Amino acid sequence: MTEENQRRVVSVIVINEASVLSRITDLFSGRGYNITSLTVAPIPESKYSRLTIVTAGSVRVIEQITKQLHKLIPVLRVYEHEDMVEKEMAMIKLPITENLSDINTLCEAYNGKIVNAGESTIIAMVADEPKRIDNFLNAIKRYNPKEIVRSGAVALER
Amino acid sequence: MQISGAQMVIEAFIAEGVDTVFGYPGGAIMNVYDEIYKQDKFQHILNRHEQASVHAAEGYSKASGKVGVAMITSGPGFTNAVTGLADAYMDSIPLVVISGQVPMSLIGTDAFQEIDAVGISRSCTKHNYLVTDAKDLPRVLKEAFYIARSGRPGPVHVDIPKDVTAQIAEFDYEIELDLETYKPHTKGNPRQIKKAIEAIAAAKRPLFYLGGGIINANAAYEVREFVQKTGIPAVETFMARGVLSHDDELLIGMLGMHGSYASNMAMSETDLVIGLGVRFDDRVTGKLSEFAKNADVIHVDIDPASISKLVNADYPIVGDVKNVVTDMLEQVGKIDSENYESWRETIINFNELHPLTFHEDTDRIKPQWVVKRVGELLGDSANISTDVGQHQMWTGQFYPFTRPRQFISSSGLGTMGFGFPAAIGVKAASPEKTSINFTGDGSILMNVQELMTAVEKKIPVINIILNNNFLGMVRQWQTLFYDKRHAETDLSVQPDFVKLAEAFGGIGYRVKTKEEFDAALKDAVEKNVVAFIEVIVERMENVMPMVPSGGSLFNMMLLEKKGDK
Ligand SMILES: Cc1ncc(C[n+]2csc(CCOP(=O)(O)OP(=O)(O)O)c2C)c(N)n1
Ligand SMILES: [Mg+2]
Repeated sequence: MTEENQRRVVSVIVINEASVLSRITDLFSGRGYNITSLTVAPIPESKYSRLTIVTAGSVRVIEQITKQLHKLIPVLRVYEHEDMVEKEMAMIKLPITENLSDINTLCEAYNGKIVNAGESTIIAMVADEPKRIDNFLNAIKRYNPKEIVRSGAVALER
Repeated sequence: MQISGAQMVIEAFIAEGVDTVFGYPGGAIMNVYDEIYKQDKFQHILNRHEQASVHAAEGYSKASGKVGVAMITSGPGFTNAVTGLADAYMDSIPLVVISGQVPMSLIGTDAFQEIDAVGISRSCTKHNYLVTDAKDLPRVLKEAFYIARSGRPGPVHVDIPKDVTAQIAEFDYEIELDLETYKPHTKGNPRQIKKAIEAIAAAKRPLFYLGGGIINANAAYEVREFVQKTGIPAVETFMARGVLSHDDELLIGMLGMHGSYASNMAMSETDLVIGLGVRFDDRVTGKLSEFAKNADVIHVDIDPASISKLVNADYPIVGDVKNVVTDMLEQVGKIDSENYESWRETIINFNELHPLTFHEDTDRIKPQWVVKRVGELLGDSANISTDVGQHQMWTGQFYPFTRPRQFISSSGLGTMGFGFPAAIGVKAASPEKTSINFTGDGSILMNVQELMTAVEKKIPVINIILNNNFLGMVRQWQTLFYDKRHAETDLSVQPDFVKLAEAFGGIGYRVKTKEEFDAALKDAVEKNVVAFIEVIVERMENVMPMVPSGGSLFNMMLLEKKGDK
């Protein structure tokens, strides 16, 4: 078994009830597992929510994470696939004095655009694979971003 | 039926067949205590500390096989109980622990005796609930009992705000539970079972590695049959003592840090580990990379997360040990016990080389002698609990256990102060047996107030204090690994244990000779009141053999042979 740390995406379907999120995060902190990002929202027209957790660990650790998650009483299902379609969103606040058409073109390359314009700043958004969001955030640096927010990844197994 | 939340708790207990509740009242739980006062279906035992209530419920559960129940108030009542919850969680003991909480309107306001109880218990329970509406109570209580006892058992904590215990709502306990997200896997996969049987039949040096899960699953007698029919030698964990009878020829002994030489060598030499209800605890395996190095591993456990957690299982079988072993017994004809004849001889040789023993070479009584002697005098007629330390390991090594559920000890958490209240619970569940607690001069003081509980409820637990005037186990490590710097482990200053017992209305004995010990034990059993028998034992005795922490099982420190020096 390889002991190297790998990035993994774990999706968890849980009953949407009080303190279910702390059960999950307590499990990660209590057992010393990593959380790189975590998103959660209710699944429409059901009593369940879906969490997407980006984590890292050896094969053995990842296997333990999925098993331990499964042991939690309100957890219905745990998906841990290599083959997931992943997307993440980012929003960036930029000075309005920057070259807006260049910014817009850049955003378009990452499924995004300028979504808001204020007196002195604009807000742009993009949505793409997390790796590509990294690239985008690198590229946008030269336009002096004032604030950046990432949503964390969401994923669906193919 | 429209009743109050407090009445629902009582009704649920009755429906679950609870006959004993351990607890301690206070403001937030008073409504429920008021209903306890009005009923006569179960007894309530008032411990003198909430930690003791939970340990007593653990002892009760272990001896009876039922879910143990404890009840406490909010705030300090709850925090006192946390050690008990953690203890039960580590040792997979089914409990339902009910705590009072401040009224809903005060939650989150730092109210008097408010603490985020479910926040604290989340990491040391199998599951927990904060009940915010009495209409949820019947379902929550029924789920709590079910979750506690099913799958891998464990403690479930139910926190109930005071106004919810006063609220009137519909009570129907006949409801069907619909736990869509919780479905323990109890039946082993037949293909895996077949493969495991084939692996056993092909092995030359197979070894049963028996764990506490067998006792939880009530599978000891199936396992005994399996061991008998296959002729395969077995080692037990500390938790599994009593699965096989001490006089079973195939039982090598206990393995692990203080396991016997033969057990640890057998584990090091085996070519197939048959792990039943075990979890490869670090106190059992020693250095993992050297553990059963040449062996394939069959691992049967109810908890999928225990399988391949620490040691990779070549034949993983998720299921209830009782079901799996029963299925295996159907195919036991494929296994020829003759094949293991030379392996059995090897083990006999290991045993002859370094038998588990001790030397009676001092004027003072040796602590191991006391354990053995109680075994000779009481044997099967006693249930045994222990505290934590050297006396605990000696009990595991030298008591002649004959049956499952005869022995309870805080294994996973190692909680000093566990033994006495646990023995009270054991005695409450199993009054026909003598309840013995082997304890130390350190541990006994950690729940000594239970003398009062035992006197009041006439629960005649016999505490045998192996008094070495030391926090002996820590002293042993200091002697061996800290160059004899005995930091804060010398307990030369002590209470008068005889007077202490008497002050509460119990009886006390101080013994220095073997004759005195026999007489004291006989007298205590006859008197049938809670007792302290303080035995002055050799101070510097070490628990041997010993695998130093992180060392390999086959690298044991051994008892010096007589004349070695
Ligand atoms: C609550 C708690 N505190 C500390 C320890 C650490 N500890 C383990 S064994 C031990 C010594 C126990 O002394 P005693 O009860 O006299 O038993 P002995 O080892 O002397 O037989 C200590 C302090 C523990 N296990 N539990
Ligand atoms: Mg001591």
